[in-house]
Amino acid sequence: MKKATVLTLTVLALAASSAFAADPVIGLITKTDSNPFFVKMKEGAEAEGKKLGAKVLSGAGKIDGDNAGQITAMENMIAAGAKTILITPSDAKAIIPAIKKAQAQGVMVIALDSPTDPVSAVDALFATDNFKAGVLIGQYAKAALGDKKPVIATLDLFPGHPVGAQRHNGFLQGYGLKSLDAKSNDLAQPSEVVCMADSFGDAAKGQTGMENCLQKNPGINLVYTINEPAAAGAYKALKAAGKEKGVVIVSVDGGCAGIKDVAAGVITATSQQYPLKMASMGVAAGVEYAKTGKKASGYTDTGVTLIAAKSMPGVDSKDVKTGTDLCWGNK
Amino acid sequence: MNTSTPKLPPIATLGPFIALLLACIFFATQSDRFLSLQNFSLILQQVMVVGVIAIGQTLIILTAGIDLSCGMVMALGGIVMTKFAADYGLSAPVAIACGIAATTLFGLLNGLLVTRIKLPPFIVTLGTLNIAFAITQLYSRSQTVTDIPEGMTFLGNTLKMGSTSIAYGVLLMLALYLVTWLWLRETAPGRHIYAVGNSPEATRLTGIPTDRVLLGVYVLAGVFYGIASLLSVARTGAGDPNAGQTENLDAITAVVLGGTSLFGGRGIILGTLVGAMIVGVFRNGLTLMGVSSVYQILVTGILVILAVATDQMSRKGVR
Repeated sequence: MKKATVLTLTVLALAASSAFAADPVIGLITKTDSNPFFVKMKEGAEAEGKKLGAKVLSGAGKIDGDNAGQITAMENMIAAGAKTILITPSDAKAIIPAIKKAQAQGVMVIALDSPTDPVSAVDALFATDNFKAGVLIGQYAKAALGDKKPVIATLDLFPGHPVGAQRHNGFLQGYGLKSLDAKSNDLAQPSEVVCMADSFGDAAKGQTGMENCLQKNPGINLVYTINEPAAAGAYKALKAAGKEKGVVIVSVDGGCAGIKDVAAGVITATSQQYPLKMASMGVAAGVEYAKTGKKASGYTDTGVTLIAAKSMPGVDSKDVKTGTDLCWGNK
Repeated sequence: MNTSTPKLPPIATLGPFIALLLACIFFATQSDRFLSLQNFSLILQQVMVVGVIAIGQTLIILTAGIDLSCGMVMALGGIVMTKFAADYGLSAPVAIACGIAATTLFGLLNGLLVTRIKLPPFIVTLGTLNIAFAITQLYSRSQTVTDIPEGMTFLGNTLKMGSTSIAYGVLLMLALYLVTWLWLRETAPGRHIYAVGNSPEATRLTGIPTDRVLLGVYVLAGVFYGIASLLSVARTGAGDPNAGQTENLDAITAVVLGGTSLFGGRGIILGTLVGAMIVGVFRNGLTLMGVSSVYQILVTGILVILAVATDQMSRKGVR
């Protein structure tokens, strides 16, 4: 019986303290706990929370695509008193009912990094324009290859993922090849793309995919990769085949490890995105809502910068030093 | 009691080899870039990590157990050996030994929970899977370790052999399979593993220390996971905390496709190598054909069902 008394007192104490708590409670739900991009986003949110005096709860799905895990996290955070939910949705459509339920309870929901479908389902979106990120590296690749006929391999994420499709299709459009528009979830494959493999954003799987693509067509001279770990894997495969000097590798992310790879010549160009900015903007919006009741709205492009070691005529890129200054991750 | 290795009916033994052969013939007709020594060397390199994990998994499955934590434990081993080398400046051999020690400790943990606390292997390794994952993420802060000594990536280097080149890691994998095969066939401890898988109670009654055999199998599997983590580091050139996420199911798939029964007591270790090759061949072949990776996953699923069904049907004959 003593245990029950202690438990009851604890619950009452917590309830009392939360009633008197001045700190706004903000929940951050990422796709996974293990992708460094989300780890940094979480750190950024917690740092901003400390600065502005907000309590940041964090949660995630188990794997990329785990919608149920995100719904559970959202319900738990709202029960714990969160008035703002920041979420990188694993599934753009399936999360909508849970968002609607949250909003009906007066909770502001902001999407970070990936949009929901429809975009209007959330109060606000702070994200990278992933299509634009693809376009920038596509344009750079075109300038880098010049007159050479492109023989392209794409190391994508996995089928049906909106971010994967946007970056892939944006890259092809930026290069000037036949592509699909930014709303499509399918991967375009013009004839210049001789091989498409799924890397799941993983270095080892990217390496395997690149090896198999090279086996299919040893003449590949341009590789688009979904993110920098996949690019690192692709480079390993090219190096083993002795082709690393003649092949251009482009990627997206702009993490510090990736920028190091740009400096080292592993990645030719990458589109840098800003997870810390998304997180801090989200936390600031949450604090604003808690204090003034004013909700954030609309789409704010948190920016994407093309980083390359060598600049190409006609393409606006920033150098490695800028990339390093702005990178996310361990410098 | 007769403790000799039970003879498998021909279909279960030859089935995997036939499946591999048919797959190779099919892909050879679909792509002229498939049938080459260099391509096969490539496929072997692509399966070497799962291949070595699957040796440990085979031993465990032979005792009618299962190990879901193998992939995550491998990732932990990789992070331990690379971080120890990068953070403490340890030499490659010492850091590698530390990594293998870490994975062996997890094997010991699994074994103790199964034999002392008498928990089902599925449940135990489900728990240790998550524990290993969390430790890896926390210790590495989810960052890939790239600053590693040359000696650690040696197994990723290749040796020229005639018209093609073969990775040292592949040679190690093949050697490990050969040694394990001989050990299982010819030595008493090896035969005891089959006996425990067939009937733990009957084995115990003949005086063979079942618990010690089981514990030994899980610890030995841990050693293999450590070797696999070295191969993974050598292949990718980095310590990746996100490695190994699908390797547990990949390893179990290889074991099942190779004809080893999930109910224990029957199976040949070389079949597991064939099973791993089948998956690698499909992945390589479908990419050469330009077919989406989703179909590779579909085919693997169908093959697994066929393999288990074959095992079930042949069991009816033996018992």
